[in-house]
Amino acid sequence: MKRVPAPPDRQPDSFAFTAENVEAANQIIAKYPPRRQASAVMPLLDLAQRQHRNWLPQAAMNMVAEMLEMPRIRVYEVATFYTMYNLAPVGEHFVQICTTTPCWLRGSDDVVAACKNKLGIELGETTADGKFTVIEVECLGACVNAPMVQINDDYYEDLTAESTAAVLDALAKGERPKVGPQSERHASEPAGGPTTLHEFTQTDSRGEG
Amino acid sequence: MLQDQDRIFTNLYGFQDWGLEAARKRGDWDNTKAILDKGPDAIVDEIKASGLRGRGGAGFPTGLKWSFMPKESDGKPTYLVVNADEGEPGTCKDREMMRHDPHKLVEGCLIAGFAMRASAAYIYIRGEFFVEANNLEAAVQQAYDAGLIGPDACGSGYSFDVFVHRGAGAYICGEETALIESLEGKKGQPRLKPPFPAGVGVWGRPTTVNNVESIAVAPTIMRRGASWFSGLGRENNTGTKVFCISGHVEQPCNVEEEMSIPLRELIEKHAGGVRGGWDNLLAIIPGGSSVPMIPKAVCDDVLMDFDSLSAVKSGLGTAAVIVMDKSTDLVRAIARLAQFYTHESCGQCTPCREGTGWMWRVMERLVRGDADVSEIDMLLEVSKQIEGHTICALGDAAAWPIQGLMRHFRPEVEARIIERKTKQPAAA
Repeated sequence: MKRVPAPPDRQPDSFAFTAENVEAANQIIAKYPPRRQASAVMPLLDLAQRQHRNWLPQAAMNMVAEMLEMPRIRVYEVATFYTMYNLAPVGEHFVQICTTTPCWLRGSDDVVAACKNKLGIELGETTADGKFTVIEVECLGACVNAPMVQINDDYYEDLTAESTAAVLDALAKGERPKVGPQSERHASEPAGGPTTLHEFTQTDSRGEG
Repeated sequence: MLQDQDRIFTNLYGFQDWGLEAARKRGDWDNTKAILDKGPDAIVDEIKASGLRGRGGAGFPTGLKWSFMPKESDGKPTYLVVNADEGEPGTCKDREMMRHDPHKLVEGCLIAGFAMRASAAYIYIRGEFFVEANNLEAAVQQAYDAGLIGPDACGSGYSFDVFVHRGAGAYICGEETALIESLEGKKGQPRLKPPFPAGVGVWGRPTTVNNVESIAVAPTIMRRGASWFSGLGRENNTGTKVFCISGHVEQPCNVEEEMSIPLRELIEKHAGGVRGGWDNLLAIIPGGSSVPMIPKAVCDDVLMDFDSLSAVKSGLGTAAVIVMDKSTDLVRAIARLAQFYTHESCGQCTPCREGTGWMWRVMERLVRGDADVSEIDMLLEVSKQIEGHTICALGDAAAWPIQGLMRHFRPEVEARIIERKTKQPAAA
């Protein structure tokens, strides 16, 4: 997806944090030493994006600049350098398909094809109803659970064409599909059960994963 | 094969709860005060004696790194920064430690931070790891609430804070000085060294940057002793290591094993073997995407450690083992990595900014065989012009996979060019 900011007619005139997020922003700023508040620029941009349907308008960058007493250009630099800031509107379900070599070796081409077929769009596009955006991304760091996609904050792993389609179907229906491996696996242990840690993997108190 | 009793990350797979109570049952935070009571220098000496080498890729001795921090305070803060910006293709170990065993990292921050006389730790976690960051932040809060960190950490009289900072999608921030820039609220573009971070780091203050695994193993080393850790593996390559086995194996997985385990044994014991059997193996990238691949003949008996892999012109890197069987189009596999480095180049140094894209475009033509055989030499020459001529190692990392491909599989690349020429004679 080309990282081009939304055109002026799609940019809101202003942006302000909700009262709740002003509180959250102040807590974030307090993590850093006095006068080093610029360090909070990344988390504050993230907070703004989460408040604004998962994309970051220029008005939000300006507000963060003002809040942190930074020149606007420094905030624009950060917003355009890091790929997780969406500079233009994205679908309600933001599907990021990892296609880097470890995922490609395990069939990420099938996952890409499944997304295109199911949603009827190409990579970098958004469905007409605004529900889904699909893009290709670089390694998401879940390589032993390849192939995988990230949809908003959640990882869906051990995918096949069929399970990819099933996840998209569930999301389209407003359901929240099980996150993590779409296989029998719990996490990153070998399929069929761990070869190690026998005492620690045979327990009733399973973690949240 | 490593025994379960010698495994550090006992909740690697998250079958148990990650929280404080369960972590304590697994041995974390057990009388940490007694470790701190030994004093900073004794802790550094113990880590040095353990032989622990940095788990983020470069393999620098961890205890030695800690010893570079100033011994005398000038009254201003110094920092431990944990590099949790895991993004090297093939690598997914820190993620498991942070979402399933976060207290090992938080306790490690306190012990390492104390040993280097730091005031606080900042854990820089990649932005995509949202669930992992949430678990980690919750673990930090649990540790504060229990008095394990904060003022008078563990009743030691030492004050130490731990903060979690989320990135936002930039592989380059795994480079320590880019990470520091990013933590200061800037674009992640690496700094020239010297000055090194131990002299001038984040916010201009002395800083040590360590990988998650290097820090998370420290408490166990302190509890069980340097000689326990150094008794595993072999000389100069000691301890345990979490390996990530991906690609064409029957059962991809993460697993903690003894350093220096034979590559073949690692794959066959834990990952169910190569898909279609060992003889179906073509090549392996043994340490994450940045290290050169090794062909089957080398894989047959190489050991998984720093020295063995560097002896075969590859590297242990992050210990991410990417397995490729005989069905693999290796040129395609490496072209995709070339695309990765093009995407992730920060744009600061010309050889990398321009060179990564140039190499990717040539690699894409080589995938189709749409090139001249002489262009392989040109590609290698350009890769040498990038390697070593940039501020950080991303240029090297982009060059090595291509060099590794040509070192071992050049005849296959040439054959594809010749085959295309034969099929499509003299297309203008």
